[in-house]
Amino acid sequence: MLAYLIRRLIAVVIMVLVVLLATFTVFFMLPKWAGQDIAVLFAGKASGAEQVEGIRTKLGLDQPLLVQFWDFVRAIPMGRDYANGTDVTHCPAPCFGYSFRTEEPVWTTLKDALPVTGALAAGACVLWLAAGVATGVLSALKRGSLWDRAAMIAALGGVSLPIFFTGMVAMGIFVHSLGWVHIEDNLSTDDSIGVWFQTLLLPWIVLALLNAAMYARLTRATMLEVLGEDYIRTARAKGLGERVVITRHALRSAMTPILTVFGLDLGVLLGGAVLTESTFNLPGLGLAAVQAISSKDLPVILGVTLFAALAIAVANLVVDLLYAVIDPRVRLA
Amino acid sequence: MTAPLHEPTAEAAPPASADPAGAGVKKVEGRSLKQIAWNRLKQDKVALAGGITVFVLVLVAVFAPLIVSLLGHPPNEFHQEKLDPLTNLPQGAFGGMSSDFLFGVEPNKGRDVFSRIVYGARISLLVAFLAAVVAVVLGTLFGIVAGYFGGWIDALISRTMDVLLSFPQLLFIISLVSVLPDDLLGLTGSGVRIAVLVAVIGFFGWPYVGRIVRGQTLSLREREYIEAARSLGGGRRHILFRELLPNLVAPITVYATLMIPTNILTEAALSFLGAGVRPPTASWGGMLRDALETYEHDPMFMVFPGATIFITVLAFNLFGDGLRDALDPKGTR
Repeated sequence: MLAYLIRRLIAVVIMVLVVLLATFTVFFMLPKWAGQDIAVLFAGKASGAEQVEGIRTKLGLDQPLLVQFWDFVRAIPMGRDYANGTDVTHCPAPCFGYSFRTEEPVWTTLKDALPVTGALAAGACVLWLAAGVATGVLSALKRGSLWDRAAMIAALGGVSLPIFFTGMVAMGIFVHSLGWVHIEDNLSTDDSIGVWFQTLLLPWIVLALLNAAMYARLTRATMLEVLGEDYIRTARAKGLGERVVITRHALRSAMTPILTVFGLDLGVLLGGAVLTESTFNLPGLGLAAVQAISSKDLPVILGVTLFAALAIAVANLVVDLLYAVIDPRVRLA
Repeated sequence: MTAPLHEPTAEAAPPASADPAGAGVKKVEGRSLKQIAWNRLKQDKVALAGGITVFVLVLVAVFAPLIVSLLGHPPNEFHQEKLDPLTNLPQGAFGGMSSDFLFGVEPNKGRDVFSRIVYGARISLLVAFLAAVVAVVLGTLFGIVAGYFGGWIDALISRTMDVLLSFPQLLFIISLVSVLPDDLLGLTGSGVRIAVLVAVIGFFGWPYVGRIVRGQTLSLREREYIEAARSLGGGRRHILFRELLPNLVAPITVYATLMIPTNILTEAALSFLGAGVRPPTASWGGMLRDALETYEHDPMFMVFPGATIFITVLAFNLFGDGLRDALDPKGTR
């Protein structure tokens, strides 16, 4: 178990390094190769030449790439001072960059947006796992029934629908026509749990729908496979109740491949969250990034991408720990 | 994203390397995998319907100018006279649908929705198809190399694929699109955006193909016919591209087909977020983005692009699923 933990920790550290390197490449190296001036990109198109030069010095764009990368990485735990001789812009730790457009550290934006995205993603993934696995198990147990076929058709429909379209339809029906739920426009931590729940209910369902269907198919396939195994027959033969056989014996081992896919889908979840937030106008990380596209505020896009990728790397560690809980082979190895 | 393993049997191999399957007791007329697959596909009504829809959509995209000149108005022609001067919403019921404007007119701008849907098909299918080509080429190359050579090459490629798969792809694509310039390598205008979209979507798609190809190669390289080719003195390149690759055509075809709908959704999502092709070029995702402002009052403008995306993606998925069943040598139908 300890060896497993250490191995996974090393994997996460490597993943974090890759993320840092990839983000740095995308934002500080690629534009140069494509003939863009990075200082102009970071300043935003409307800035004057003098300002651009100031930003160039502040970002250290004239320094060697290795120094730039080190400054970029060190800023996250240590904070960073962007100085150009005459004035100093302080960006306290954790520094995910500084928006020269709004004159605020990107972390301020991230901090405000984080609870919304966190609540949206957490609720949706609980919902999609629960709904997907439950549907899949029922489909596997009642193979070929009407329920089974309906679930499979719904699954195909679910993966074929663009999430922003379902979101708009759901909002049109339940918010604007029927008026069943009220969506709070500017969700903040000051709002009560009731407001949060009501605002996030539709986004949760819409975001979960996207993947619940796929998990249902996956669960069904693995369950059918597992149910044909000898040890299931043994479990039945020694007189265990059907319920115990299904939940303790079959589902538990069927969960391993589902968890694998789930680990890979964390990125999809986040992408879905970006789209859901834009559709429902929820002030989360995704909306911040999308608004930054139109206002050409590159540091914010960088900050959101970097933060999201790091969050996923850490979340993968949690998934790895769940493996150990579910699969005794991992624990004992 | 899991699929049953395809095990192309010896029939799929070119005659030179075909090893006679042991179970040839029954006298059956020799049929190639292509013939078997075609016969199965012909009987699969659902897949056939999907295939025909796909074919029609491709025709629509190719002959867009002709169709629009016959049935619509130029996609960037403004028809303010069709809008209510007070609300800027289309006059008449159902978003201004009439024999003149088949799908109604756009709110605010008064452009012909039908023409924009037809022209949007071009962007959507072009980007999705080319990105699938990029993904298939990269994925096949890396997958086959990883699977055949094993060792540290396999480890490196496999880890790279894992990392790429768990990346928050949508955010990275947004980042890439926003740092790349509008004129690149001599291309200008929407051509650059299309090229960037193709490259970026294709780049994040190759690990999906790569994993499948790697797995297939792993199992195929131990087969007798590969051993035979090796003992006959076949070089590495010969074995990889003449012996292995033909046997991978079936799973690669299936995955390419199933990748196109995913790419269509990604392209639509990017356009929806404002990181796709630039307006005024018509795209389905871009139309939904515009519809987000007015759908409470003019739902039809949201329904047409949304339904078009849904039908297109569903058709590709149905056809791809059918193709997979048809090409599965273990299939019974």
